[in-house]
Amino acid sequence: MSDTLIRPDRPRVSLREVDAHTRRRRGRSSLARLLLSLGMVVAVVPLVLILAEVTRRGLPALDGEFLTQIQPGARREGGGYVHGIIGSAYMVGFATLVSVPVGILAAIYLTEYGRGWLPRVIRFFTDVMTGVPSVFVGLFIYALLVRGAFGFGAIVGAAGLAVLMLPIIVRSSEEMLKLVPEDQRAASIGLGARKWQTILRVVVPSAAPGLVTGAMLAVARAAGETAVLLLTALGSLQVVSQLQGTPIASLTLLIYRGARQPFPAGQQRAWAGALFLMLVVLILTLAARFVTARWGTRR
Amino acid sequence: MSITSTSPDRRPDLRPTGSGRWADPLFRAIALAAGVSVLAVLGLMIGSTARDAWPVFDYQGIVSFFTSSEWDAGSSRDEFTGAYGAFAFIYGTLISSAIAIAIALPLALAISLYINRIAPRRFRQALSATVELLAAIPSVVYGLWGLLFFSPVVLQPISRVLIATLGNVPLIGWLFEGPARNVNYFIAGNVLAIMILPIITAIAREVMAQTPEDQIQAAYGMGATDWEVMRRVIVKRSFPGIVGATMLGLGRALGETIAVAMLIGGQQRWGASLFFAGQSMAGHIASTFQDAAPETVDALIAVGVGLFLITVIVNVLARLLVWRIGRVAGDAAL
Repeated sequence: MSDTLIRPDRPRVSLREVDAHTRRRRGRSSLARLLLSLGMVVAVVPLVLILAEVTRRGLPALDGEFLTQIQPGARREGGGYVHGIIGSAYMVGFATLVSVPVGILAAIYLTEYGRGWLPRVIRFFTDVMTGVPSVFVGLFIYALLVRGAFGFGAIVGAAGLAVLMLPIIVRSSEEMLKLVPEDQRAASIGLGARKWQTILRVVVPSAAPGLVTGAMLAVARAAGETAVLLLTALGSLQVVSQLQGTPIASLTLLIYRGARQPFPAGQQRAWAGALFLMLVVLILTLAARFVTARWGTRR
Repeated sequence: MSITSTSPDRRPDLRPTGSGRWADPLFRAIALAAGVSVLAVLGLMIGSTARDAWPVFDYQGIVSFFTSSEWDAGSSRDEFTGAYGAFAFIYGTLISSAIAIAIALPLALAISLYINRIAPRRFRQALSATVELLAAIPSVVYGLWGLLFFSPVVLQPISRVLIATLGNVPLIGWLFEGPARNVNYFIAGNVLAIMILPIITAIAREVMAQTPEDQIQAAYGMGATDWEVMRRVIVKRSFPGIVGATMLGLGRALGETIAVAMLIGGQQRWGASLFFAGQSMAGHIASTFQDAAPETVDALIAVGVGLFLITVIVNVLARLLVWRIGRVAGDAAL
């Protein structure tokens, strides 16, 4: 800025007297503030647009029939996504059963036993794993399990979801376990407890709300996942209760296919599915946030 | 053990038992195994996909696989008959991510500065939570919304204006050649921008919040305006973190699958115009996988390996840059 060197012709009478240069700088500053505020508005617009549009188009079709029937032929009106809801619940449920215990144990290793290079490596690659494209995880499960021996089905779909959930649970649980005061551990050890007793009966219960939060966020993420399931669950038009061996539907797969149909009835069901999925995910996310906020202020 | 003074309530479940001799090491071993399992999964992931992709690289030649844009899927069960060049998909991935970053980065910086420095203190938490809600919306919902609402209602009119105004400008005109189809690079890039906005914002905001207050006050003390403080103190100090945050967003954009598969076009070709309906690496895998013959599935896995390499490099660099600010709460879940 070369104009910083401009001096007023006469000595200034008071510090309050503002020269042209300062006025320009102030003007630029208020313009910047205005633009930054506009940026905030622009960012909130898509959120409002999505929530409004999905609600507007999905709400009329989201009824009892939608939640209890399977979809008829693509052009036909009515019917619903019950096969997808059951499939999603199945796969997310099994994925949670596997990934939550393993993830929390891994986090326990990192906080309670972690010293030296190994924990640093694990922590780093866990972070990297959160960035692995989900379609690549799908390819991995396909190459390893589907093509190997298992075929498409619910268990391989759940395996894919579990791989996606694991790093999220590890890293969020680790943060929560770190929040447990060192004094509590010392007190427990002081009472004569073994280290495993301290961890399982003092540290973990004390961090429980936070651990639940992390699991909920991971479940929300898995419930909205499509790419992995495209390559492992494959999709189905029927309610599938078999665990493995036959392709199974998921809510997200049905939305994906419904959106690309040229028929209004199919698109209508996709909107209703999107609304239902979004409600589930947003409720989980907001509940997780609420728990963290409450739990965070208490300590 | 004799207790002389008043004893606290003893918890019987914390009393040492004889099993401690083996229970402690056992528990430690289980925790260690769980920790190492993350590395094992990642290693297995690289190993099994690389093994399946290798014959394709061998058949097509690695260089030709990544530089040729002729993709002609074969239909054989046990040999290679087609031509596999992934350049069209690589181009689609890069151009849509570039559009996404070009839109999301300035917005994310504006939001971060707004929330940290301008918004009233009691709204800050709510505002950042609102932006982060964008990350909670499932990708397939973005795809549906983009396909049936955002593209036809909002982006098509914008595209027409861009084509009419910038399409004839000499040096950059080729970027804005029409016509704009209902799905194209530009649409995918715009929706990607919305999807990666929260992750860039969350980290940039966190980095900026760590600017020492006395440096800010010192700048004000020297007569700096709000904007000068933001630009010359806060943004300057946070620069490495902002670069890292941008790269994390880029990594997310490169790997995003379903929304892009629904919005980028689906042609197995590429074109220079932003409004060309092409295909991305992840999108191509997702949309052709179910009809692919075994040899083509191997080729798709090879595309996946290429995508994985790109995203991992970007992610590792990003993590190294963001590493020192520690973890942003919930950033893994974003």
